[in-house]
Amino acid sequence: MHLSEAVNSGFFFLAPWLVFAPLAGLLINLIFGRRWSERTVGTVASLASGAAFVVSVLLAYSVSANHGEVMRWRLAEWIHIGTLNLDWTFRMDSLSTTMMLVVSGVGTLIHIYAIGYMHEDVRFKKQEGRFNRFFIFLNLFIAAMMILVSGDSYMMLFVGWEGVGLCSFLLIGFWYEMDTLGRPSWANSNAAKKAFITNRVGDFGFLIAGFLMFWHLGSFQFDAAFKAAPAIAASEPWVITAITLFMLIGVAGKSAQIPLYIWLPDAMAGPTPVSALIHAATMVTAGVYLVTRSAPLYTLVPDAQYIVAMTGAVTAFFAATIAVGQYDIKKVLAYSTISQLGFMVAAVGMGAYVAGMFHLITHAFFKALLFLSAGSVILGMERGHHHAEHAHHDVKPVKAKKAKPASDKSGHETHGHEDHGEVFDPGDMRNMGGLRKTMPVTFWLYMIGTLALAGIFPFAGFWSKDEILLDASLHYRAVYWLLTFAAFLTAFYMGRQVWMVFFGPARHAAAAHAEESPKVMTVPLMVLAGLSVLGGALNLPTMLGVTLPGSHALTEWLGHTLGEVEGGELNLTVAGISTGLALLAILISWLIYGRNPIKAGQADPLKKPLGPVFIGMESKWMIDEIYQAVIINPFRKASEFLADVIDWRFWHDFVHDTVILGTYNWVSEIALNKYSDQKGIDAFANWLGDATQSASATLRKVQNGFVRSYALSVMLGVVAILGYLLLK
Amino acid sequence: MVPVDYYVILSAVLFAIGAMGVLSRRNPLIIFMSIELMLNAGNLAFVAFSNMYKTFNGQIFVFFVIAVAAAEVAVGLALIVEIFKTKKSINIDEMNSLKG
Repeated sequence: MHLSEAVNSGFFFLAPWLVFAPLAGLLINLIFGRRWSERTVGTVASLASGAAFVVSVLLAYSVSANHGEVMRWRLAEWIHIGTLNLDWTFRMDSLSTTMMLVVSGVGTLIHIYAIGYMHEDVRFKKQEGRFNRFFIFLNLFIAAMMILVSGDSYMMLFVGWEGVGLCSFLLIGFWYEMDTLGRPSWANSNAAKKAFITNRVGDFGFLIAGFLMFWHLGSFQFDAAFKAAPAIAASEPWVITAITLFMLIGVAGKSAQIPLYIWLPDAMAGPTPVSALIHAATMVTAGVYLVTRSAPLYTLVPDAQYIVAMTGAVTAFFAATIAVGQYDIKKVLAYSTISQLGFMVAAVGMGAYVAGMFHLITHAFFKALLFLSAGSVILGMERGHHHAEHAHHDVKPVKAKKAKPASDKSGHETHGHEDHGEVFDPGDMRNMGGLRKTMPVTFWLYMIGTLALAGIFPFAGFWSKDEILLDASLHYRAVYWLLTFAAFLTAFYMGRQVWMVFFGPARHAAAAHAEESPKVMTVPLMVLAGLSVLGGALNLPTMLGVTLPGSHALTEWLGHTLGEVEGGELNLTVAGISTGLALLAILISWLIYGRNPIKAGQADPLKKPLGPVFIGMESKWMIDEIYQAVIINPFRKASEFLADVIDWRFWHDFVHDTVILGTYNWVSEIALNKYSDQKGIDAFANWLGDATQSASATLRKVQNGFVRSYALSVMLGVVAILGYLLLK
Repeated sequence: MVPVDYYVILSAVLFAIGAMGVLSRRNPLIIFMSIELMLNAGNLAFVAFSNMYKTFNGQIFVFFVIAVAAAEVAVGLALIVEIFKTKKSINIDEMNSLKG
């Protein structure tokens, strides 16, 4: 096909390559990766992801050239049973191409970053064969995510939904035989299982929603279901409510909302690029995408919308409070992600789909930036620790030698961490401090991410968050205030983090000797930083009555799919309150953490004034413990009861051993063996044998060896036959 | 012309004498002679019927029978000689080892 023809008819024929390209990268690395160098493996994987990005760009271009019309590309027949007609069809409209661009764009940058990150991670943990596997999983994730966003039916979306869940599981448990500090433990694999099982709860909701949809709306296909929905909503309104609320369970699982958010903080056990790609930028936004995709259903049921919005708002506020009390650099960002996902869910719940998608995009930029910078910080700390350890060894070799046997006993030497007697945690912010000087590039990148997340003008986060707050102020007061306070806390905990990590004195030798990361890591970060600064330009509101050219771009673009949406207008009150609160929060955080930097071993200065509230934040409001007590322990008790009493004692001992085996024994012993077998079959067979024997004993006498008696028999026989013939 | 009945009756008598000889005598040579008698009784019947029907079929059969009888006697006498060599006796009642 010539290029000009392709441009005219669109690049839609390329759609399957969204999935095939990453799958091709996966297969190449699977077959050849073991023999190739790390750099080659990483390059192949990045190129595969990059190819998906190029395809996404071409598809987005074609959709825009097609004036936003929905285009479908049918790849194959999938399931055709009765009235169930499912095809493997790619759907290209402005919404799905937007998601494709975010997933493959951010995904490619993270692939490149991971080449540098995993190299050091691999070296530090002495796990050489894993590099290849990591990139295979990353490519698999991109493929699954592409299926999720490009599917034309809820079932195809569900395939992707499960696929990304699988990749999430595989990558959280990537260092499955150790904990986050590299000590031998099952902590990481437990985190992976927690994520997977929690997501199963959500998937159950999704599936119920899907089945209800098929039963009542007659199709899994998006447009067909949406077409049937208004009539059902008029006759049986509970159906749509049930579908949307069950779907919300799925959303809560995948997008880490109350009550199923608990897996996301633990998911930080995965390598940092995974946290950035899957658990911040893309996979966890699948729930937001699902609600946006199902907008025609949610619009029909305002009650469900309100529940979605409140779920998001409460999650946004609740997770933000926990983030304030965390010390692990990635845990803070994890709770921040939950909180920001709450913003998005609240937005799509209020019907502000464009605002939600806008925040999804900008959040993908700045949260990926923050996570990857945090990864850079952690590696810098590890390098510093390495450096400090070696200096330490040179000065006091005797002490190190004495401590050696203890580390040998653990059987898993991770870089002499044990030499200190205590394990060094490179992700603990209490070990950091002063990294501004030792890691200047990372510092500036982190600052950009922080300002974008805190919602400071003119960074990307300001525009998207403000649009959500504006919509909230127009719809639900409670949601508005919850989100505003969450925004305040967001600025505060990010300020706290920045002061603790980058300012003040170094609280650990590792922080003092921290080293900057290589270019392969920092360059993708710079691209993300640029996007975090400029991302707001995607959807500028009308400001002070002035509509700049290019304003409302995203609104118009998504309007092709979501129907006409009004372009936002900058509300000075809302924007003023949120920006003012954010600045105030940063100021307070400076007063507490910046002016008097905390010293090594010192308790958090918030602990004293806030008391039990801070302890609650620090201990994550004991939610995990409550789940343990309320759900997991009773579940375990019930399982034990079922296993021990019902299954073992009742089914096994009573039903199987006593009833079934007893009956069987009786039947076989008495009825079959004694009567039927012994007296029936055996007796007949024995009689047959005896009769044959006695008959043969009699007949044997005839054969006496005397030829003459045989001849006599022959003659008698002849006489008898002749006699018969003659006398007949 | 002698009627064919006479030949047949003679043949039957000869056959009966032969059969009785086979059944009652203990000397294998006598038994052999009795068998020859039975064979020749059969030959007589063949020739008589051949003459009655004016065909040569019966006479041809007789030639076959004489040839076979000669062969049989040759084999039988050889067997008797061998048995006598091993058992020092040709009493037919002592040869009963082929019994069940």
